[in-house]
Amino acid sequence: MESHSGIAAVVKKTLNRRYRAERRFRRIGLAAVAVGLLFLAVLFTAIVSKGYTAFQQTHVLLDVYVDPDVVHVGNLDSADYQGLIKASLRELFPDVKGHRDKRNLYKLVSSGAGSILRQKVLEDTSLIGRRIQIWVPADDDVDMVIKGHVDRSLPESQRRLNNKSLAWVDALKEQGRLEKRWNLTFFTAGDSREPELAGIWGATVGSFYTLLITLSLSFPLGTAAAVYLEEFAPRNRWTDLLEVNINNLAAVPSIVFGLLGLAVFLNFFGLPRSSPLVGGLVLTLMTLPTIIIAGRAALQSVPPSIRDAALAVGASKMQAVFHHVLPLALPGMLTGTIIGMARALGETAPLLMVGMVAFIVDIPRGFTDAATALPVQIFLWADSPERAFVEKTSAAIMVLLGFLILMNGAAVFLRNRYERRW
Amino acid sequence: MKKIICVLGMAVVLGLSQAPAATARDYISIVGSSTVYPFSTTVAEHFGKTTPFKTPKVESTGSGGGFKLFCAGVGVQHPDITNASRAIKPSEKQTCAQNGVREIVQVKIGYDGIVLAQSKKVPAMHLSRRDIFLALAKEVPDPSGAEKTVPNPYKTWKDVNPQLPDVKIEVLGPPPTSGTRDAFLELAMQGGAKSFKWLKELKKKDKKLFKKIAHTLREDGAYIDAGENDNLIVQKLEANPNALGIFGFSYLDQNADKIQGAFVDGVEPTFENISAQKYPLSRPLFFYVKKAHVGTIPGIQEYIAEFTSEKAWGPEGYLADKGLIPLPDEERSKMREVARKLEVMPME
Repeated sequence: MESHSGIAAVVKKTLNRRYRAERRFRRIGLAAVAVGLLFLAVLFTAIVSKGYTAFQQTHVLLDVYVDPDVVHVGNLDSADYQGLIKASLRELFPDVKGHRDKRNLYKLVSSGAGSILRQKVLEDTSLIGRRIQIWVPADDDVDMVIKGHVDRSLPESQRRLNNKSLAWVDALKEQGRLEKRWNLTFFTAGDSREPELAGIWGATVGSFYTLLITLSLSFPLGTAAAVYLEEFAPRNRWTDLLEVNINNLAAVPSIVFGLLGLAVFLNFFGLPRSSPLVGGLVLTLMTLPTIIIAGRAALQSVPPSIRDAALAVGASKMQAVFHHVLPLALPGMLTGTIIGMARALGETAPLLMVGMVAFIVDIPRGFTDAATALPVQIFLWADSPERAFVEKTSAAIMVLLGFLILMNGAAVFLRNRYERRW
Repeated sequence: MKKIICVLGMAVVLGLSQAPAATARDYISIVGSSTVYPFSTTVAEHFGKTTPFKTPKVESTGSGGGFKLFCAGVGVQHPDITNASRAIKPSEKQTCAQNGVREIVQVKIGYDGIVLAQSKKVPAMHLSRRDIFLALAKEVPDPSGAEKTVPNPYKTWKDVNPQLPDVKIEVLGPPPTSGTRDAFLELAMQGGAKSFKWLKELKKKDKKLFKKIAHTLREDGAYIDAGENDNLIVQKLEANPNALGIFGFSYLDQNADKIQGAFVDGVEPTFENISAQKYPLSRPLFFYVKKAHVGTIPGIQEYIAEFTSEKAWGPEGYLADKGLIPLPDEERSKMREVARKLEVMPME
């Protein structure tokens, strides 16, 4: 009794201190999470606040007379459509005289306006000889002014648009001919040097083809390697060495895989440079260790009793693995694969070495076409001098983040849906 | 679970069924300088839009990296054209010749100015090349006038030249791999070093030592290696009005509302001054064509024709809008002839 109350006294004495320590630890942990979330919030606000404007693009409404003298059945493809656009601008501002002023006037609309008109006429040849209304993208300089990214109060010499051009822009706006519209081009076009015509579809398709190659090679290879190493391989010095090597490879900087790809796939096998085929192969090398490690961990988490039970009722080793262990481990393996794929999607360094960091306008149509990838597109735009590429860069980052969230979300979903806890 | 595997499998089969048919390349492959990249890509895009050919692929590898790829041999796996912000070096010609690339057409396309830019919040600096050299070299001539070098003692611009403002020397510039840095060293630093008589004489006697003095930048924090991203330098200059940044003229041109160029030897870096070759820090830009590929790869001649057309590289052309400083009229028409006729440059 005596000693009992003695213990109680000791406990009582230290109890408050222990509670305090616990509260302190919880608060520190919470603060760590909060700091992390804060950084994330800063990152997201920075990207979103810079990038959301890129989803809209200033367009100009023009009345174009599709002159039958300029466009006729014989030259539908190659007619001077930009000339028609210029003519309609001259009609809007009949007072503009002089070579220099006219040039500045033409610069208000995108140099891609002609090809939009061309597309329209090609779709419907009955437009020839008629006067049509058409929305065409404005030049990126106009777009920046409308979106307020340029200080209009600066002296004329320090602006991309001079006073006259600004007056024209204001006049267009007053007539309701200038409008910010949904920027479909951004999602359907390939790269371009003109920010108003640049899009991410080319890079998205490139990323898709590259990842398809990566997935179709690294998933079967990785799974097979993991199953063999975990279930069948004997434990000896060689497999230990192999394990050390695989763990090492998972930590090797990705640029090294790019150099390897350059030496092996391009120089030795002579595969086409800049193609998703080579990019996918390089990324396969990069993701394989990740997938093998995740796969082995998943196999390890299947309790031995499952294997023992299967073997006890007479299943062969292979049957035990393929009928019982692998299906239980597969959700974990898929999660690892998806995370590996997400990492491959965000990778630029190895692609640099195999020529996928390139200006490519045409949308790739196969595994051997020249292509680029989403993160590469972001890198290229971030380095472009035109002001309008700043918002395009952020917008492309948002799209890439969207894909990453989707993939990682799928991984979490798979885990929650199919994972069994023992 | 089985369903997921099924879907995955189908995706793989679908993907592989349109199997790669490795054929001859039907688009032009261009590599080379990051300075020429904006111009080359603009031409490529126009070319792709206005001709039946595919849009050329343009990689930004740097001038040196471009020549390495270009000179690796003849055949579809090697690029057809390389861009450069400097002329080809004799050693690169040798590599080319060794690998069977003997017929090369050199086309000079215009000029680029190297600017030392600063924020608009402060008055523009007036620098001479001598000031630049003294401010940025690791070893500078002894201030006492003796003909030897001492570790750079200057902390502020005022230390360098009493007429300059009393602010800390802080210059953001490109890394050693950049062609812009090569040109800066050659034009600004060497130019400044040569303003010392004894160093000029040293150049004749011991070229290597001279180059070492002129080409070694400070490592004590006055010169800051800011990486290849010139947009980043622009942002840093805006934040720090005391700093100067080194980059190509096109960035100054596109960001004229935020930054201004310092006067060098009394000349402002403007379109007109660089074009008239009054501005001392300007360099020619080139592209090189592998003649053996003309005829094999479709569209090379047409691409060259587009690049050298007046609507592209002329004073009113679309490349001028992107910041290219055109060649003088006479040189332009001469170069156009060279390009049209595919006149091969001498290899010796």
